[in-house]
Amino acid sequence: MDRHDGEWRSRRGILKAAGALAAGCGAAMLVRPARATPASMQIAIRNVVGSAAVQQGKVTLDIPPLVENGSTVAVSVAVESPMTPTDYVKAIHIFTEKNPQPNVISIHLGPRAGRANVATRMRLVDTQKIVAIAELSNGSFWSDTADVIITLGACLEDVI
Amino acid sequence: MARALINVPAKAKRGEVIAIKTLISHEMETGFRHSTIGLPIPRNIITSFVAIYNKEEIFRAELFPAIAANPFITFYTVATESGTIAFEWTGDNGFSATETAAITVE
Repeated sequence: MDRHDGEWRSRRGILKAAGALAAGCGAAMLVRPARATPASMQIAIRNVVGSAAVQQGKVTLDIPPLVENGSTVAVSVAVESPMTPTDYVKAIHIFTEKNPQPNVISIHLGPRAGRANVATRMRLVDTQKIVAIAELSNGSFWSDTADVIITLGACLEDVI
Repeated sequence: MARALINVPAKAKRGEVIAIKTLISHEMETGFRHSTIGLPIPRNIITSFVAIYNKEEIFRAELFPAIAANPFITFYTVATESGTIAFEWTGDNGFSATETAAITVE
């Protein structure tokens, strides 16, 4: 009898833990304090660009406007540049507004790249705005933004 | 050793801009998730990726947890000379992986 009780207790424990996990992700999505905000994204961008002005243009951020699964979202950034030794793209950064951290990737290029065009796959936790910033060799910064609608955020993959 | 896939054209004309595609198997655990008993799962990601063409760095990227599992990165470079392109990924918990690809430039 005792043994049975023990089994029940542990089974109950496991069920409780599973329930807590299922609720945990949802709760974390709602109240997670570490989530990046538009303000923290601005801080992250300032850390990269310093006091320089960021201009619109030259950069093309390509990301699907409607995404079903936020765990893997194809994203590419192309920058208009001749990519010569005197005029080239030094760096490309991608930022998000609502992921737990604003940074996504920082890419460092040189004139040898030939074409300032990179592609990767990122995670998106929620419907939000993505910002790509390019740093040119003359010290100027250019950006492009894109809005993405996410049906299923990356966090939901927690519930196994 | 993590499995890595590299796509580099075997042959290219001198001065041609070639596309390089890289993919490496890695879970990219964000550090923001929790286990079944509510404990935080520690971060385990690839933090850095470097491509070196005949000992000269041509591409470098810093990766953050927002990069999807099995990081896939595509970029371009100018085919300057025959040789090898080496790729190196480094990350948390001493993770390190290298891969090379040979290229013939005519």
